[in-house]
Amino acid sequence: MSVVDIENLSIEFPTRRGILKAIEGLSFSIEAGEILGVVGESGAGKSLTGNAIVGLLEPPGRVSGGKITLKGRDITHLSENEMRRVRGAEIGVIFQDPLTSLNPLYTVGKQLTQTILTHRNISYSKAKDRAIELLTEVGIPAPELRFDAFPHEFSGGMRQRVVIALALCCDPSLIIADEPTTALDVSVQAQIIALLKDLSRDKGVATMLVTHDMGVIAEAADRVAVIYSGRLVEIGDVRSVIDAPKHPYTRGLMDSIPQIGQNLKYLPNIEGAMPRLDGRPDGCAFNPRCKMVKPVCREEIAALRATENAGQMAACWIYDGGHKYV
Amino acid sequence: MSEQAILEVRDLKMYFDVSKPLVTRLMNRLPKHVLKAVDGLTFSIKRGETFSLVGESGCGKSTVARTIAGLNAATSGEILIDGKNLTGQKEKSSLSDIARRMQMVFQSPYASLDPRWRVRDIIAEPIRAYGLADNKEDEREQVAQLLLQVGLSPRDGEKYPHEFSGGQRQRISIARALSSKPEFLICDEPTSALDVSVQAQILNLMTRLQDDLGLTYLFISHDLAVIDHVSDWIGVMYLGRICEITPKSELFRRPRHPYTRMLLETIPDLKGGTERKPMEGEVPNPINPPSGCAFHPRCAFATEKCTRERPVLKGYDMAKVACHAVEDMRI
Amino acid sequence: MQTAKLSKWWAGFYDHDVTWSFLHSPLTMLASLVTLLLVGAAFGAPYLTSYTPFEPGSLSLMDAFLPPAWEAGGSAAHFLGTDGQGRDVLAAIMYGTQISLIVGLFSVLLSVAIGIPLGIIAGYATGSWIDTLIMRVADIQLTIPPILIALMIDGVVRTSMSNELHEEMAIPVLIFSIGIASWPQYARITRSGAMVERRKDYIAAAKLIQTPAWLILLRHIFPNVVGPTLIVATIGVAVAIIIEATLSFLGVGVPPTNPSLGTLIRIGNNFLFSGEWWITFFPAFTLVILVLSVNLIGDWLRDTFNPKLR
Repeated sequence: MSVVDIENLSIEFPTRRGILKAIEGLSFSIEAGEILGVVGESGAGKSLTGNAIVGLLEPPGRVSGGKITLKGRDITHLSENEMRRVRGAEIGVIFQDPLTSLNPLYTVGKQLTQTILTHRNISYSKAKDRAIELLTEVGIPAPELRFDAFPHEFSGGMRQRVVIALALCCDPSLIIADEPTTALDVSVQAQIIALLKDLSRDKGVATMLVTHDMGVIAEAADRVAVIYSGRLVEIGDVRSVIDAPKHPYTRGLMDSIPQIGQNLKYLPNIEGAMPRLDGRPDGCAFNPRCKMVKPVCREEIAALRATENAGQMAACWIYDGGHKYV
Repeated sequence: MSEQAILEVRDLKMYFDVSKPLVTRLMNRLPKHVLKAVDGLTFSIKRGETFSLVGESGCGKSTVARTIAGLNAATSGEILIDGKNLTGQKEKSSLSDIARRMQMVFQSPYASLDPRWRVRDIIAEPIRAYGLADNKEDEREQVAQLLLQVGLSPRDGEKYPHEFSGGQRQRISIARALSSKPEFLICDEPTSALDVSVQAQILNLMTRLQDDLGLTYLFISHDLAVIDHVSDWIGVMYLGRICEITPKSELFRRPRHPYTRMLLETIPDLKGGTERKPMEGEVPNPINPPSGCAFHPRCAFATEKCTRERPVLKGYDMAKVACHAVEDMRI
Repeated sequence: MQTAKLSKWWAGFYDHDVTWSFLHSPLTMLASLVTLLLVGAAFGAPYLTSYTPFEPGSLSLMDAFLPPAWEAGGSAAHFLGTDGQGRDVLAAIMYGTQISLIVGLFSVLLSVAIGIPLGIIAGYATGSWIDTLIMRVADIQLTIPPILIALMIDGVVRTSMSNELHEEMAIPVLIFSIGIASWPQYARITRSGAMVERRKDYIAAAKLIQTPAWLILLRHIFPNVVGPTLIVATIGVAVAIIIEATLSFLGVGVPPTNPSLGTLIRIGNNFLFSGEWWITFFPAFTLVILVLSVNLIGDWLRDTFNPKLR
């Protein structure tokens, strides 16, 4: 059974010049123990999706359609208070910059125990035991000593571990990790990715890993969803998407990533840039940059369709329910 | 070799005083803190080649770039452009001639363009500073040419930076750098703030410009795949020092320094799907670096000698490596 | 051709976010209307009223203490009544507002003219002795209330000038005192802006091509930091008007021969307890409305141009 189900989600920003549709008709689900990578360029809407799930959309942004179901419960339009309870009990959130998620004025131990105590009816000493257990779990050395340390006394990588411990306080069934490794050095990145993988595998947590870094996705995710200009253009098993991308955008994206030992003088690249929210073309948003563009692409948006690879779907006119007909 | 070198850096040191204010220091009896951001760097770049510095954040690679560009005054050491010493240069006219031939492309496409200036004025700024245009007409012509050269249209000159995407702004930044007709370009993480598909465009543009104009690049990046794509020579930095300088082919085929090996192991592998080994530990605080070889606390090959003695760069075939273990042929 | 250009400009102006925000803020529109009316009445006074309240020859003591027109005994000729010397209160307010506005505007101009350059220099040279010197002076001055500084300067000028000369020079002296007293806040705002800008790479790019520091300050830093300071200056005008009114109320501001709103309030204050309330009430009311409107415009400017504060 899937932990979270997103059906036809749309997010819009009303402005004086009309409504800007940031996300349109997005659907995916994440199973227990699975890591779904969500990739896209900045401005594609990948972070918005995460924020919508945890009910942290910045106004005037709003969910204008679709349904978010968490463990069978519709949480699309919960009140602020109810959403806070859901967030506390079911969803752990990890952001890019660990410093913004931690309060610099309190010790790490205090922040952990406070969070545990607000969501659970247990004694302080039990909560402290649990906090130290969590610090151990995320791989912080000498957790009893570090319990009384302030966030600034930790290094960047250790701080991100503390944020993960904080996200785990309530034994969440879903973790939303928004660029959790972007602010970290490459050597530390690998450590955090390994930790996230262990957590989802051992605890059966469903994880939504939002990032722009295909390397991180390749390493951590089980499945990957590619978002372009507010729409899901491809979704599938991580190996098939990376090794045999189906949507022309995903192909272009994969080709443009430099690889060690590739020895190309020029990198293959996609010309142009992703359109702004207020400047999307008719039809498929990728059509002005697409090398395989056909007349229909300029008029109508293709739905997600099955491709010749089982379980891999792409929103492109070159596929017609399992067959490629170009 | 040194006749061909367009840039030569000799024992460059850049120390920053990061002590608490004097009064606080005296009251709490605190010592003076010196951050050795760059601690004795020696390398040279041949005309027409790309030399890259790679390392994790805090290793001092950006400080090197800024010091060579003249934005920081070096604590000690020499920087020579075409054999002319930049550090001791007192005469303004000759300094300005050297400065014209060296330009820089910055990391942030947002902070590197003055938001209140039109693009044509931004690009023309170096032309005006060095008096490179005969008249207004000539200047306009030059700006239009530069815009075309970086893949924008002359009409874009009338717009303001905020009307452009990150990748386009980086093109403007490159056009500005080219406008003083430089021979040598310092590129400080020029693509790390961009999306991958745009990164490829900018990297290709830089390759093309190098071919067309015979430019020499000093390229700074933390991304090994990008480094591998652009470089001829690579210097790996750790805590203010170079631990290995090699031709590109050598580095990726045969990394010698244990730190280089670790860095290579942490690169996410897109195609193979092999699990990478997480590297142990993190970069130590540069204000208080480890004794001897700064890498020894994270190094699997460290011996007692490494904690005591600082290794120096020694040559092995094409490469130069600063490591006791390599020197003693333990690895 | 000309009209096409103009209409294009107008379309751009009308479509601009600032215009839109203005047209969607009724309070700001009202405040701007009131301010415009007050400014118009103040500077149009010679054309709008035939009374010349501050020429002693034109006054008639017969008309003294007339209440406003709608009260018993009031006269339609003096809509807001008259004071103890037969001066028309409405005309006095119009002329008084003129003085208040002049003092408010010019003293802020002076503060800004001192504060912005010093702030930019201090911010660009952060950590150097120049920065320390400028900001310490500003800090010291900020510990003394502006009114006290203005009182001090006024006191010095008073003792060093003859009585007539002082009366003639009263307004420039006041502008100078208030202007000098409030430059530190503009220096501070500008400095913090300059400190942010100087770290940005477009400044590095300018340094790279050997641009001298004064040109960097003038061409890059100044245009990028001046906006927020000018917005605060709008609110500063309201503050300056209040300081001027306070000084005049205390009797050290502009003399009664050429009174500002503050002077009018002080004169009228003497009659408050004998029942002639209108002499002080209407100038005071005008002052409140003027200051409130300018403040509201300032707030709107700040909210519109600095979204971070919203």
